[in-house]
Amino acid sequence: MGSHLLGLRDCSREEIESILDRASYFDGYRNQKLTSLKGLSIAALFFEPSTRTRFSFEVATRWLSGEFYNFSTESSSVVKGESLLDSVNTLKSMGINAMIVRHRASGILQWLSTKISGISLINAGDGSHEHPTQALLDLYTIKKYHSSLEGLKVLMIGDIKHSRVVRSSVTGLKAMGARVTLAGPPTLLPKEFAREGVEISWDIHPYMNDADVVYMLRLQKERQKKGLIPSLKEYTRLYGLNEERLKYLKPGALVMHPGPMNIGVEITAEALKQLEDHNDIRLGINEQVESGVVVRAAVLDYLMGEKPR
Amino acid sequence: MSKTLLFKNAVVLDPRQSLKAKRDILVEGGKIKKLGSHLQDGGYDEVIDLEGRFIVPGFVDMHVHLREPGEENKETIFSGSRAAVAGGITSLCCMPNTQPPIDNPQTVKYVQERADKANMARIYPLGTITLQRGGDELTSYGTLLEEGVKAFSDDGKMVASSSVMYHAMSYIRKFDALIISHCEEETLSRDGEAHEGYWSSILGLQGLPPVAEELAVARDILLARDTGARLHLAHVSLARSVEWIKWAKEQGIKVTAETTPHHLLLDHSWLEGFNPQAKMRPPLRTEADRRALLQGLKSGVIDAVATDHAPHREEDKSGDFTSAAFGITGLETAVPLLLTELVKPGVISLEHLVSCYSCRPAEILGIDGGTIKEGSPADLVVLDLEAPGRVESRNFYSRGKNTPFEGWKTAGKPVMTVVEGQIKMKEGDLLEG
Repeated sequence: MGSHLLGLRDCSREEIESILDRASYFDGYRNQKLTSLKGLSIAALFFEPSTRTRFSFEVATRWLSGEFYNFSTESSSVVKGESLLDSVNTLKSMGINAMIVRHRASGILQWLSTKISGISLINAGDGSHEHPTQALLDLYTIKKYHSSLEGLKVLMIGDIKHSRVVRSSVTGLKAMGARVTLAGPPTLLPKEFAREGVEISWDIHPYMNDADVVYMLRLQKERQKKGLIPSLKEYTRLYGLNEERLKYLKPGALVMHPGPMNIGVEITAEALKQLEDHNDIRLGINEQVESGVVVRAAVLDYLMGEKPR
Repeated sequence: MSKTLLFKNAVVLDPRQSLKAKRDILVEGGKIKKLGSHLQDGGYDEVIDLEGRFIVPGFVDMHVHLREPGEENKETIFSGSRAAVAGGITSLCCMPNTQPPIDNPQTVKYVQERADKANMARIYPLGTITLQRGGDELTSYGTLLEEGVKAFSDDGKMVASSSVMYHAMSYIRKFDALIISHCEEETLSRDGEAHEGYWSSILGLQGLPPVAEELAVARDILLARDTGARLHLAHVSLARSVEWIKWAKEQGIKVTAETTPHHLLLDHSWLEGFNPQAKMRPPLRTEADRRALLQGLKSGVIDAVATDHAPHREEDKSGDFTSAAFGITGLETAVPLLLTELVKPGVISLEHLVSCYSCRPAEILGIDGGTIKEGSPADLVVLDLEAPGRVESRNFYSRGKNTPFEGWKTAGKPVMTVVEGQIKMKEGDLLEG
């Protein structure tokens, strides 16, 4: 993966494990200020809205004593590769050491990485392609809860087609030995994923009672407007997590969501309430957010921390 | 134009006459005056000894974007026609999706005047099917045919309305003229970036569903059946399109089809790493599609090869995948690549390549050329089947340097191009008027 984190597809199992181990190490120092990014400047370039990802990177950077700068523009105008490259070069000239980029164009960081040198690029989501730090924090959360990923059954539900989280997660989960099933409506579930060694299904029920992890994906409401699903109501009926379906889950199952949740779409308010009070089945959302900080700290440290400057 | 030229010791290959033999060719007045063994070599302006190399009818490319008028920063009639003769192409059709589009006599004349001035390849402007390529009102086919237009196409997009296409095909029967269809059902393909399949799924690119092409192929075949119009399907890219065309030909429907060198040589795995040079429409398809296209070409279901030469500015192709423009250049790479990748390994014979990239296109368009016989125009190409080469876009005469074949080694290329009895290219160098 070199000095960049462009996607998990470029990462070996050893690299993923190394990041997760580092996250685990940092987890022990939560209340302590660390210094491994001291003297380093990190900028966030976000061309799509985000609160938690960007904020989580910021908290992680400050925790490791790095300087964090926000160059985010969330305007709706399309920023092409060339002008992004221009911004990156400008920031590099100002002494920025790493850039965290979110952009609507799939593959834009791969392209950017061929055009620049002397700066680290971290993918915070490129189109429908990858969102590697989300996948890493999910791996970390699952590993922390289930203690190992080997042989775990993970069921991911929702809009597989447009999800960058899925593309990163499938690669990461497979690398770590988990067994993945992707489920969603036929219009949002490309059958080609079967070639990646995962199961695909239009029906969630056969997999619910056996899953160690149930991962609910966020559904963009515009999918309904584009005619990919008939109604949000029907989506919830077929793919949402409700009280009835909670009963199928086996004890010890972990329910996850990358956030922000559409309550009443991916998960009903009642199910959410029940999960919060549930003893056997755990809702991992808060843990995911917590993991986000330590994992992103680990990524920054892995890419920039211990190298001679 | 009264210059006389004698080509000696050539192996003349003309599939149209099933001719493959050592012959001398005497050229006079831009035409082939005589074809025979051991012609006397006295009294001619120039005698060229080809030392046993092949001489074939000049290649005819039915599908080229010359960009002029309107987008001269991508290509001009001058630069494009130079690229053509450099690549062994003596005749080409330029697509009418210019700005303004070629939908009126003035623009036709403009293109013809520019082509005459360039004085390189023969250039046949095509006309649009609908005015402004808007998909609503029919172009005046009769008027444009009188100006020398050979076929009609809204290339770049499909005529979305079946009713408009039905009437276009109905009306054009009066002239028995050719409709060239760009097959892409636009409601399915509107936002697409790459073939909807494994690579688009893995890379998170917007898919172009293959059925978008197939629907359009099927619709236009059925419209051709019911109207009786002559239909030519541009840049066919799918196995299932080949099946439809095969069926249509069996039914006696007047349909012909072309595919491109890149669809014959590459598949969608070229997208890996978000390669913007692999971004084109129709997109690169699967390996199974590629094989079916080759098979279709071999069996004659697909009649012709055409490049869909689509030059772009460097900056429109060098950015990230999503902002990159669709299309690649082809005029200077088609013949060397097809000789190297298909003829040399024996996938298709040299005769077959000449047939589908010269004879058949000339027949389909109803133009002179595509044959070497007494009285036909002296549009000729000399091929050296051993000559080593390499695709280097910086050496292109075309303004468009966009090619996924950069760096490919080739063995075999055109070494002389003759248009209307004038040598236009010799050993890679152009000879101006």
